[in-house]
Amino acid sequence: MSEPLDDLYRDILMEHFRYPRGRNKLEHVHLHNEGQNPVCGDEIEIALELEGEKVKDIYVSCMGCAISVASGSMLAEIIKGKSLEEVKKIAEVIKSMLKGKESRNELELGDLEALKGVRKFPVRIKCALLSWTTLIDAILAKEASKKAQISSSE
Amino acid sequence: MKSTEQLAVTKNISGNGNGFDPEVIRRDFPIFKRKINGRRLIYLDSAATTQKPNAVIDVIDRYYKFQNANVHRGLHTLAEEATTAFEATRDKVAKFIGGVKREEIIYTRNATEAINLVAQSWGQANIKKGDRIVITQMEHHANLVPWIVLSRKTGAELVYIPITPDGFLDLKDIGKIISANTKMVALTQMSNVLGTINPVEDIIDLAHKRGAVTLVDGAQSVPHLPIDVRAMDADFLAFSAHKMLGPTGLGFLYGKEEILNNMEPVVFGGEMISEVKFDYADWNALPYKFEAGTPHIAGAIAFGSALDYLNALGMENIRNHEKGLIAYALEKMKELDFIKIYGPLDSERRGGGVSFNDKDIHPHDLATFLDMMGIAVRAGHHCAQPLTRLFGVNATTRASFYIYNTINDIDALITGLKEARRYFKYE
Repeated sequence: MSEPLDDLYRDILMEHFRYPRGRNKLEHVHLHNEGQNPVCGDEIEIALELEGEKVKDIYVSCMGCAISVASGSMLAEIIKGKSLEEVKKIAEVIKSMLKGKESRNELELGDLEALKGVRKFPVRIKCALLSWTTLIDAILAKEASKKAQISSSE
Repeated sequence: MKSTEQLAVTKNISGNGNGFDPEVIRRDFPIFKRKINGRRLIYLDSAATTQKPNAVIDVIDRYYKFQNANVHRGLHTLAEEATTAFEATRDKVAKFIGGVKREEIIYTRNATEAINLVAQSWGQANIKKGDRIVITQMEHHANLVPWIVLSRKTGAELVYIPITPDGFLDLKDIGKIISANTKMVALTQMSNVLGTINPVEDIIDLAHKRGAVTLVDGAQSVPHLPIDVRAMDADFLAFSAHKMLGPTGLGFLYGKEEILNNMEPVVFGGEMISEVKFDYADWNALPYKFEAGTPHIAGAIAFGSALDYLNALGMENIRNHEKGLIAYALEKMKELDFIKIYGPLDSERRGGGVSFNDKDIHPHDLATFLDMMGIAVRAGHHCAQPLTRLFGVNATTRASFYIYNTINDIDALITGLKEARRYFKYE
């Protein structure tokens, strides 16, 4: 087919789509969220098991297109063992990468580099970001509730 | 204001046996000269919006170049010309939907705004707790959300006419659903997802027997079927110009005069008043009391030209042409064992587009792939999320047709569907 299409559906991405990581349900869930892409109705469910501030295990279930499923799978792979602060940083880097901004990035993105092809398809950026925004919303909500608890106990 | 292109079409119709040649029609649409991703444009998304012929585009251009003035206000030549042309389209619309009074045609921004006007004005005044609003499970969000909001505000119950697995309204319990306390029955004449043509006359008849008022969402049907709203006996009919060759930002509400007369406006300002004092305002007569503010004048005038174009082709001919395309598309798709079709398989009882899914490829991926071949289809829930969920999916792919589509377009789609299987390595 065409070059931009091959760039979008890179082999690594299609491999993640066919064999998505993080599909095992967790025994202990410390963080949970569901997200939806309003454009197409695609749905995602994310759960994290934490050990202190670090991600011990992750569950991602995505009903969606190749881009959103693969992106969720890559997310599951990369955030394991990372702190929530690191996860937030990675999400920021991915956001700016998809929006075409070159950021000074010291982070090792691994397979996530394969998402670069999405840049040429602006309507598909939402697909690639669905899992990340769902996760970040959950982290921010957790932080907000923690802050509220602290201020109410003060 | 007939352009030469339009005359070419008219000539073709009178000179040709069955009178309809999409290849000739295509020449009137400049967008088909454009290449998409290096390919010939195959536009299969007319249910979202149709392309525009030169006859419409030229009128917009001409209006701003030579006629531009505000309507109903000025006494100068330009203002009078603009007003005459603007009001001429109202007459054309009144005639197009079966010969209603011009006072019964209200300019809106789109079908959505037309339905909201009814829900907010008529609905707020006439619906109360204990009443029932009946709609169907196949409504577009435009004919769904306004009623959800109204039922939430008033406490009235919202009851849905269900659909059968093959995509028809399930009318088995219709006598119970449209109960004695039903005040409004609002339904689409043609589903934007399934293409189903609903028996609106029968449902309206029953609704009237129960004393309910009826609204027909004609956004999909008016562009594709001959419409006689008086025979249909709908109290309200809503539709959009841009789905029938016209510009975006323009729609219509038809309403029976006696009902409109008893309704309060929901938007206030200039044009809609007869007298204003510092502490008092009285409403203008129909249709103006619902048309506050400067309307889409250029769009309205250009839409007159769109209606001329459709009339020249003939709505019967358009329906027959599309029926042929749908029958062909369904036949070809049925041969593909990896494609699941949603909605009725009988082209007599459906119109519009065909919704389908590849059993392995997500609609988004399929739409992106087809786009690279120059084929424009819609992928998603088509603003009918509850309906798509009913079929157990989040999204479908939709190919929809209009006057300029050909059998070749459908062949290209079928080829695209097969190639997508190879590209994504399912074959």
